[in-house]
Amino acid sequence: MDRKQCEMLKEIQALEFTAIDFNLYLDTHPEDRTALRDFNRTVIELRELKEKYERAYGPISPMEPESREYWAWAMTPWPWEVCI
Amino acid sequence: MWVYEKKLEYPVRVSCSNPRLAKNIITQYGGPDGELAASLRYLTQRYSMPTKQAKAVLTDIGTEELAHMEIVAAIVYNLIKDAPLSQIKAAGMDGYYADHDKALYFVNAVGSPWTATYIQSKGDPIADLHEDLAAEQKARATYEYLLQLSDDPEVNKALCFLREREIVHFQRFGETLDNIQEYMDCKHVF
Repeated sequence: MDRKQCEMLKEIQALEFTAIDFNLYLDTHPEDRTALRDFNRTVIELRELKEKYERAYGPISPMEPESREYWAWAMTPWPWEVCI
Repeated sequence: MWVYEKKLEYPVRVSCSNPRLAKNIITQYGGPDGELAASLRYLTQRYSMPTKQAKAVLTDIGTEELAHMEIVAAIVYNLIKDAPLSQIKAAGMDGYYADHDKALYFVNAVGSPWTATYIQSKGDPIADLHEDLAAEQKARATYEYLLQLSDDPEVNKALCFLREREIVHFQRFGETLDNIQEYMDCKHVF
């Protein structure tokens, strides 16, 4: 895995972790509008970054349209094989 | 339902092969206070919870625990995958190797297999939430013991992350217990 891909994946991990943490917080604070706003901002940025990553390096989710001529989902390395 | 994403929640790196360390860390994969136990406990308790909040918290934390289970698996896998047999024997991991080669299996640090008796789903929301609070503390303590045993600074980063998440989960379960108790008070249940 080259450095650029590594860096992008780390950024996605950080953003998605933020979203997960907001998710749990909102479960017990459903009326917190500031948190809701921050969560939305995070997942929108996350979605854009994921699209960029997937176009360049391969799918993160199997449920996205595949524009390559082969099923990249099964052909790219798996998370436990990638030592960042 | 569940969708899988092809990435870890937190990156995993190991400094070098270390089957001795792997033998201890595997307890957070298949042991009593490990991530599989946590995940199945929460995901199965959620069905009988009386409030929306409890159902959401148990579902979402239960799901995150599956992601943690994957992180633990990645650590163990990478600690043993390149280890020579002599290192595996020296680590006392030859018994495990006889049954599993270098594959992952659900055992604790001394090789006892995972059992559903590690978890309870009592149906009583107060009992269940208290078990969940205890589970998070036991997991947090286990990560602290593993950090004491570990001399790999790269592995420690992931162990620290997992330990911190237990503390946050404990906080969320505390809030959910309050929510449940409010609900039970309103319904005048004894």
